[in-house]
Amino acid sequence: MVHLILFLAFGAVCVAGAVNMLVQRHPINSALSLVVVMGSLAVEYLLLGAEFVAAVQVIVYAGAVMVLFVFVIMLLNAGVEERTKGSRVALLFGVPGMLIGSVLIGWVLIERTGNPVVPAGALPGSPKVIGWLLFHDFLLPFELTSILVLIAIMGAVVLASHPDSDQKEKI
Amino acid sequence: MVPISYYLILSGILFACGATGFLIKRNIISIFISIELMLNGVNLSFVAFAAQWHALSGQVFVFFVMVVAAAEAAVGLAIIIAVYRTRETLNVDQVDLLKL
Repeated sequence: MVHLILFLAFGAVCVAGAVNMLVQRHPINSALSLVVVMGSLAVEYLLLGAEFVAAVQVIVYAGAVMVLFVFVIMLLNAGVEERTKGSRVALLFGVPGMLIGSVLIGWVLIERTGNPVVPAGALPGSPKVIGWLLFHDFLLPFELTSILVLIAIMGAVVLASHPDSDQKEKI
Repeated sequence: MVPISYYLILSGILFACGATGFLIKRNIISIFISIELMLNGVNLSFVAFAAQWHALSGQVFVFFVMVVAAAEAAVGLAIIIAVYRTRETLNVDQVDLLKL
């Protein structure tokens, strides 16, 4: 019972944050409502027993990635987005299309998965077990992600560096 | 005791919100934020199915999705900075040429 109440409360916070992200016109407000969504999703992960995923969600997503977003919004001094002709067309066709699509997806999911019940903390994903899996069964993908992160770091530095900064150094 | 379909419905709602934002937002940063919301919705369904089938590999995959999303955020925001530097706008309707 407590499990269901917690799920519904944080699910409502989650959906409210997501809808607020859609309604807000200023990117900084969208980014901060995304932090709310991510924080309440971490609680949902905890309810499912995924402790490691919940911790990583808070540290990596709500922490690192969102700080990056807020930093870029502040750096570019992004203002309120203006409405153009394209955005009105997208609003007209995008919202009904997504409503139909999401109803279809939900119907298929409920029809196909049946209705099993998961108790609180159904599958304890403690860091120890996840770490064992990462370094045994998933060792190759894990090492490949390290290369991916290295490439991402170099790509970000190259892309964000000023285009004529290296020419000035030569002079 | 929460039915697994509740988690799936929540993840579907989050994904739909993200996809709608991707379509209706005109600011390039807001579009990027919507993509992150979609990734979060998918992650929730991964963890829910992992709990249903008692397979921890679902949670390991969420970890990989998060790593890829973090790398994608870093590169994507660098691209946004580069776009802003050359076009001086963040509106995607005004960014319609591959080469200036």
